[in-house]
Amino acid sequence: MIKDTEILVIGGGPAGLCAASAAASLGAHVLLCERDYVPGGQLVKQTHKFFGSEKQYAGDRGIHIGQRLVEDVANNPNIEVLSEATVLGMYEDGIVTVLHDNRHLKIRPKKTIVATGAAEKFLAFPGNDLPGIYGAGAVQTLMNVAGVKPAEKVLMVGAGNIGLIVSYQLLQAGVEVAGVIEAAPHIGGYLVHASKLRRAGVPIRTRYTVKEAYGTDSLEGVVICQLDESWQPIPGTEENIPCDTLCLAVGLTPLTELCWQAGCDMAFIRELSGHVPIVDENLETSVPGIYAAGDVSGIEEASSAMVEGRLAGFSAAGALGYQPEKAKELCAAAADELRELRSGPTGAKIMAGLSKVAAKQKAEKGGACIC
Amino acid sequence: MLIETGIPTPEDIQSVTPSEERFRKGPVAIAECFQKIPCNPCTKACVKQAIRVEPDINETPKIDYDVCNGCGACIARCPGLAIFVVDKTYGENEALVKLPFEFLPIPEAGQKACGLDRSGKELGWFRVEKVIPGGKKNMTYTICLAVPKELAMEVRNIRVGGYQNG
Ligand SMILES: Cc1cc2nc3c(=O)[nH]c(=O)nc-3n(C[C@H](O)[C@H](O)[C@H](O)COP(=O)(O)OP(=O)(O)OC[C@H]3O[C@@H](n4cnc5c(N)ncnc54)[C@H](O)[C@@H]3O)c2cc1C
Ligand code: SF4
Ligand code: SF4
Repeated sequence: MIKDTEILVIGGGPAGLCAASAAASLGAHVLLCERDYVPGGQLVKQTHKFFGSEKQYAGDRGIHIGQRLVEDVANNPNIEVLSEATVLGMYEDGIVTVLHDNRHLKIRPKKTIVATGAAEKFLAFPGNDLPGIYGAGAVQTLMNVAGVKPAEKVLMVGAGNIGLIVSYQLLQAGVEVAGVIEAAPHIGGYLVHASKLRRAGVPIRTRYTVKEAYGTDSLEGVVICQLDESWQPIPGTEENIPCDTLCLAVGLTPLTELCWQAGCDMAFIRELSGHVPIVDENLETSVPGIYAAGDVSGIEEASSAMVEGRLAGFSAAGALGYQPEKAKELCAAAADELRELRSGPTGAKIMAGLSKVAAKQKAEKGGACIC
Repeated sequence: MLIETGIPTPEDIQSVTPSEERFRKGPVAIAECFQKIPCNPCTKACVKQAIRVEPDINETPKIDYDVCNGCGACIARCPGLAIFVVDKTYGENEALVKLPFEFLPIPEAGQKACGLDRSGKELGWFRVEKVIPGGKKNMTYTICLAVPKELAMEVRNIRVGGYQNG
């Protein structure tokens, strides 16, 4: 049986939840599929207080922001949420297939908003398959969702926000953090996060990388070494760090399989951390009726993911004829909010990436006209 | 350098330190937030509007030390845990440092805690004068620590646990 729906939202992170609420607020009927047990996305494990402005609940803890977004969706009669529902495929005839409750569902949406978030990157080095080597997301899930102390002593790789924040949360869980190493010459995450870790006694060492990991049955230690100006290991700088866990926080990359499968035009944009779907100002991809919002269209922040979700939700509902004038106004307001969030130095990289997307989008549209 | 180690330089700290004249008037907030990031909850936390992030959300916070009365309401609201209150008028030889804290166990008033500087180095054992819970939602504690006056601009954290009674 094929289930018809007006708007299908894929992914229940901040982008997907806000997209669903926004579209439903204009009157559209929404089905939201989340592959996890509960919606919330990355927010279910973020126990720290978020940045941003009041408009995106800054100062509140990520988990609380997630709970609020989930409640908004749960209380909206226009939204149906399917948890443990993994979207498997998007086909040319507009059918989307979903694995739910051991059944294969077929859904025919009028509009689809892809908000699948991101996947963690991994690092290549000898011994990287030893038990005890995790991605930061796994460690955070064990600790903050399952309530399991994931390690006794950890070395963190990566001084971006994720590496810094997960290190701080490990300390809060009573785990010893031997240090944070970072291959780049500078700390990439917010310096206030770095400072609070540092004053708890955790050394942060830039221009260091993992040379190898060792251990018999599981990780027993890591050899790190210093890098020179051209990112080459400096001989003789090796250092042994005994630890039972090595945590990798070396970046995220957009989870775009469904966009590829749906035939969306894609481009590799370094600033956005990987291949991303080319979208227009309403976040619609090159396939009419398919939108992309949040980390899937470029790794950024929950604050911008929420606003992008709203923007996609309003434009999809407006395009279906639900209060199109109001939808247009709300889209413009969301676009302004995004511009403000991205106006500073930390947003400059994202802006550079997005302008490449815009250029490609124009070029492709232009091309279509000529044909 | 701050961007290599996470430790603000003496110049960074100097740039946000109120004058001795201001310190003589009583408690005052100091925002050790040196990087332009999109963040502004501190501005909403201060009912006296002593903290401004202007012209846009990416600016670093500026505290008007003449308006700030050192109440400390902003400390727990800052997601970067970057705001401290220093009161150099607290005692003859002692200053009071109010700092944010998010670890268990929480010390109790009257106990002594080991004070740490911005690099986590131990500076000595200091009396906890007061502990202010952030509440159910905020959850960040504010620890008020009596420290020797000359360490008022050095102590920025306490070591977790091992608190001494009396
Ligand atoms: C440690 C850490 C700290 C962070 N701190 C901050 C911070 O302080 N401030 C801030 O603004 N941001 C922060 N972020 C970033 C923020 O969490 C993300 O940018 C944000 O969650 C992205 O939202 P999203 O909805 O795009 O993706 P996600 O939150 O990743 O949600 C995507 C959802 O889609 C689901 N999904 C994926 N594929 C499918 C499928 N095929 N079918 C069904 N469901 C699917 C996933 O299960 C997931 O629930 C942090 C991130 C991390 C990891
Ligand atoms: S200490 Fe009180 S008055 Fe001073 S900036 Fe903070 S909230 Fe405002
Ligand atoms: S809330 Fe804290 S981290 Fe954010 S701008 Fe204000 S002082 Fe800086």
